[in-house]
Amino acid sequence: MNIIVCIKRVPQTAEAEVKVDSSGKDIERERLTFDMNEYDTFALEEAVLFKEKFGGTVTAMSVGREDAQDTLRIALAKGADSAVRIKAEDFDEIDAIKTAQLLKAALKDIGYDIIFCGSIATDDAYSQVGVALAQLLGIPHATLVTQIEADQGRAQVHRELEGGLLEHLDMALPAVIAVQSGISVPRYASLIAIRKAAKKEIKTIGSDEIAADDLRADIVIDKLFPPPVTKMAEILTGDPSEVSEKLSKIIKDKGLI
Amino acid sequence: MGEIFALVEHRQGVIRDITFELLACGRDLASKTGGSLTAVLLGDKPDAFVDSLKAQANRVMVIDSPLFKEFNSASYQGALSQVLSSEKPMVTLMGHTAFGMDLCPSLAPSLDMPFTTDCLALDIADGKVTATRQMYDGKLNAEVTLRQAPSYLLTIRTGCFPASDPGLEAEITTVDSPIAAEPDYRKFIEYIEPVVGDVDITKSDVIVGVGRGVKDKDNIAMVEKFAEALGGVVGCTRPVVDSEWLPKDRQVGSSGKTVKPKLYVALGISGAFQHLAGMKGAETIIAVNKDPNAPIFAEADYGIVDDMFKIIPALQEKILELKG
Ligand SMILES: Cc1cc2nc3c(=O)[nH]c(=O)nc-3n(C[C@H](O)[C@H](O)[C@H](O)COP(=O)(O)OP(=O)(O)OC[C@H]3O[C@@H](n4cnc5c(N)ncnc54)[C@H](O)[C@@H]3O)c2cc1C
Ligand SMILES: Nc1ncnc2c1ncn2[C@@H]1O[C@H](COP(=O)(O)O)[C@@H](O)[C@H]1O
Repeated sequence: MNIIVCIKRVPQTAEAEVKVDSSGKDIERERLTFDMNEYDTFALEEAVLFKEKFGGTVTAMSVGREDAQDTLRIALAKGADSAVRIKAEDFDEIDAIKTAQLLKAALKDIGYDIIFCGSIATDDAYSQVGVALAQLLGIPHATLVTQIEADQGRAQVHRELEGGLLEHLDMALPAVIAVQSGISVPRYASLIAIRKAAKKEIKTIGSDEIAADDLRADIVIDKLFPPPVTKMAEILTGDPSEVSEKLSKIIKDKGLI
Repeated sequence: MGEIFALVEHRQGVIRDITFELLACGRDLASKTGGSLTAVLLGDKPDAFVDSLKAQANRVMVIDSPLFKEFNSASYQGALSQVLSSEKPMVTLMGHTAFGMDLCPSLAPSLDMPFTTDCLALDIADGKVTATRQMYDGKLNAEVTLRQAPSYLLTIRTGCFPASDPGLEAEITTVDSPIAAEPDYRKFIEYIEPVVGDVDITKSDVIVGVGRGVKDKDNIAMVEKFAEALGGVVGCTRPVVDSEWLPKDRQVGSSGKTVKPKLYVALGISGAFQHLAGMKGAETIIAVNKDPNAPIFAEADYGIVDDMFKIIPALQEKILELKG
């Protein structure tokens, strides 16, 4: 099986302060750490599990700047066989649809039986690229996938709906499968695998191979700003014992203990 | 003229709340464009749905076919691409839900419609469509402008456009199903109901919610003890379930349970909107997080900016003291 996995390198912002840069349209990147989009760690694991089950190869693809190579190397260390970077620096205004167009262009010479994506990238939060890519390639898709079993060109897929409800679909392959977190438990890379991956070549594709004129973004970001504060918790201050004293009184006054 | 369409979302015989939010958003947009609002309803004998939509839009367009009993994005795309190409509304709205996320990103490029997802606010002025969305774990908002085109597609976040009852009297129009069969490449088989666990957290007055900040499965026991001292049960965020530290039936949020306890204590939870959607109805919310910028503080009543592992034992002691 030719298995593709789409991977994005994203800033880790859950616990960090995120500042708008001087252009007002982007963030300050200097003090942030970057890593594989969490949902893509699940997509990669699923891709590698597919390879282990059905044989074949896993190709990891990323639209990103040069440092996206570091993330692709992690994918190689965790079981991808080859990696392709589409040079983001060659194109302006890359939004979700343009990302999908670039991935499609890069897939031109690569065969695929299944394409794994994450269901969302935690930086832009579009939840769009995988499903759009399927449309551009003319193949079926499912997003928020929590389970997939493939057999003879079809796949039994579970998708997650709201409230923990799932739906079971019967789909034709090739397809784009955008996975929900928790579909599997991503593996760690061994030190030997990391060392081996450091030596592997990463193919790059730029604007010389992808015609930029028919690429079209749907949106431009005009400005970034912190969400307006409409409500804010009363912050209790002091050492753990002091704040606990205050909090336990509040809890008691509300009749909760 | 700037016609607005909103897609009715229903599941297992019930119209989902997002529908009325989409219609509220649609009415607001229609007042800006001077167009009218159409609720687009695909369903199997959906008369009861029509009744509940009549007062909400200028028109309800009904496509009645057994093909639309359940949501299958492939069937919906087949039908909607034809409806939207012939009707050419200026804006079509859908929910940023499991349904909208599966349908819209492919429907939009199939019709070359500019599209963006998960909008918290929308505006149309001088033929320009702008949207507000959230990025970077909810820490920044982005204002975006869509590429100019005759028709746009947008998905809307739940809870951003309060439903109301404008008392309209919709014209009801029917359209024959533009498709004859569910596509073979994607077939809906069945729903699978969530597994029921040992504890029903929705029944508890006190829930101690724990997030990724708990760091390790071994630390769950400490949280369980703390919850016990408070007379409550432990709930959690999605990553805690993904890591297999707690079972799925403890997950609070849009893809887990919706809880309305008297007290919700959020420990090491950042406050993603999918989590907030499941617990913001709690009477009192206390959040402990070491990141002063965590979005959870904008939803909580009381906050402590500190390490949860320092607060838990201290607070547990005080609570046990007060309980005597
Ligand atoms: C379609 C979809 C559905 C989803 N459904 C749900 C859902 O139902 N429920 C849900 O919860 N999520 C859901 N999510 C995931 C959601 O987007 C967030 O990823 C998730 O809620 C984050 O969980 P968290 O707050 O535990 O982790 P993080 O966002 O990683 O936050 C961890 C927090 O812990 C804090 N912290 C770390 N260490 C400490 C410490 N020692 N003391 C105090 N604080 C500490 C950090 O500052 C940080 O704020 C869904 C996502 C998608 C795409
Ligand atoms: N720049 C990118 N390079 C490769 N894959 C991407 C890129 N952006 C998004 N994806 C894939 O699309 C998924 C959804 O991303 P998004 O639509 O941006 O939320 C991600 O989980 C990735 O699998």
